[in-house]
Amino acid sequence: MRNKLNIKQMKMKRLILSVTSIGMITILTSCGGVAGDKPTAENKTAAIDMKVTGEAKVAEVTSAPNVPAPVGDRGPQKWIVNLETTEIEAEIADGINYTFWTFNNTVPGSFIRVREGDEVELRLKNAANSVLPHNIDLHAVTGPGGGAEATSAAPGQEAVLHFKALNPGLYVYHCAAPPVPMHIGNGMYGLILVEPAGGLPKVDREYYIMQGDFYTKAAAKAGLTEFNNDKAVAEEPDYVLFNGKKGSLLGKNMIEAKVGETVRLFVGNGGPNLTSSFHVIGEIFDNVYLEGGSTVSHNVQTTMIPAGGSAIVEFKVDYPGQYVLVDHSLSRAFNKGAIGKLKVTGEANPLIFNKGKK
Amino acid sequence: MKPATYILLLLSLLAQSACTKEKPHDEKQGEVVRASIGPIKTTVKMVYIPGGEYMPFYGAIDSNAVKVPAFLIDERAVTNEEFLSFVTANPQWRKSSILRIHADTNYLRDWPSDLELPKDARPDAPVCFVSWFAAKAFAKSAGKRLPTLDEWEFIAMADADTFNARSKKQYSDAIIQLYMEKGRQFKPVKQSAPNYWGVYNVFDLIWEWTDDFNSIMSIGDSRTGGENNNKDLFCAAGATSASEVNNYAAFMRFGMRTAVKAHYTIANMGFRCAKDTSNQTTQ
Ligand SMILES: [Cu+2]
Repeated sequence: MRNKLNIKQMKMKRLILSVTSIGMITILTSCGGVAGDKPTAENKTAAIDMKVTGEAKVAEVTSAPNVPAPVGDRGPQKWIVNLETTEIEAEIADGINYTFWTFNNTVPGSFIRVREGDEVELRLKNAANSVLPHNIDLHAVTGPGGGAEATSAAPGQEAVLHFKALNPGLYVYHCAAPPVPMHIGNGMYGLILVEPAGGLPKVDREYYIMQGDFYTKAAAKAGLTEFNNDKAVAEEPDYVLFNGKKGSLLGKNMIEAKVGETVRLFVGNGGPNLTSSFHVIGEIFDNVYLEGGSTVSHNVQTTMIPAGGSAIVEFKVDYPGQYVLVDHSLSRAFNKGAIGKLKVTGEANPLIFNKGKK
Repeated sequence: MKPATYILLLLSLLAQSACTKEKPHDEKQGEVVRASIGPIKTTVKMVYIPGGEYMPFYGAIDSNAVKVPAFLIDERAVTNEEFLSFVTANPQWRKSSILRIHADTNYLRDWPSDLELPKDARPDAPVCFVSWFAAKAFAKSAGKRLPTLDEWEFIAMADADTFNARSKKQYSDAIIQLYMEKGRQFKPVKQSAPNYWGVYNVFDLIWEWTDDFNSIMSIGDSRTGGENNNKDLFCAAGATSASEVNNYAAFMRFGMRTAVKAHYTIANMGFRCAKDTSNQTTQ
């Protein structure tokens, strides 16, 4: 149990934080004369009323498995988020290229990190050499279509969406241009994290992982394949992948941590079709923010991540070794690519784990 | 997002935007265009399309087919050299003098000067980076008009062998294959096989402007009812038949049409002209 101390502290800190924020909300709402007893309603009112300070700055966005710096205790601010929609050829598995459609040339698209009350100017540019129009529907956005209609951009055009982040949580964003399953199936999704006021509790490591299912044709040209509508409709993917590529979290691409560190994984599922049974072999999730929302469950072995949904999982790594990340619908892991690794280095504590002698 | 909203997005995102968009048919604008257009001669062959009933991709909710009257259509898209002759005869449509309301700043983007085609461009490749206004003006100057969306989609039902191939398994897939090829707009016209009607390059070179590209819901809709019905119509369209839901190629076309405005100029968007059959002998 000694080893779980950090996580306990984390939990305690979050409890304090949430107590603090409830206190703040109470103050805010009582000032505004709003008398509600539902915490969510109060929360919403509070975020709307949060005033931003300073000029708009360009937000740092990152490609998986990296995430931008935590928001910490900063106040609400204005941000410019730049995303470019592109249609590119990139490797999906050993020696096989696929025509991906992306946000910022990666699958998943860039990780966006803001806090509640932040005001975001999202600039969506569609590359001039795109064949199709694209747009963005952010599940973090309150408003028609999550911004999809407002951001519809023809090839070479740019569209702008302004929104205020009202609800904290980890949200999927995706392209919603018709036909949607094809745009998502080609990789047009990513995550946007809206941290609560005061930020998420501090951890030692944070990573960005997003699952997607891919449906391919028998390669038309040598080594290049593309979206297969029939397989997509049948929901029979050839690949189920973390971060858009077989082996994206294996070998030299393994994510890493040291014994004693706390790890937080921002896990999304772009779909378009499959629900993920996310599991880390040999670890137990100390905390899971269920479906990326505000309810935290503890001591979870496997967590469901719906298509178009997410989860934040946290655990402390107590023992060195390679921990395998899978979709525990295991044919996907063993046959279709839904497998990655977390490499933990450090000293082994035989009390925690010890291979018995003959 | 609520499930209803989601379905709406999935199948009819375009409908929402189509409904709220202004129609480009501004009478005054049209007057200006008409008054000042210098005629040009084009030699492109026009194909007679007898017309007929067809089920619009979008509006088949109560199985009402739309009647498309007979018309003539250019067998291929307007080419770079044809557009050069148009701007030569019509200085107001050159890239240095076109009004910003008629075309965005990318108009004829790669032309080094007003009367010079892009260095690498083939004269017989389709002209791109042209706005709807410019396309309409070109058509006028050629004594023609832009095809209506229904006319265009009527032709698009055909494959090489039949006038309506929409129920064929490979129909949509084959088109998407063509759509996905980058840089296809630089190829010359008429290098691939024509469709059933003898019309070339319906899918394999460019997106094409249609006269009423952004009034999808109000044109050719046989339902009575006002604006409010449009969305319903479109939502339900997805449920009419599986083959139509799987017509991803059509979703892409409609997605494209609803993503553009009349002054936009796009790297892979051009046009071809049409004409009423009654005018057939007057030109
Ligand atoms: Cu897209």
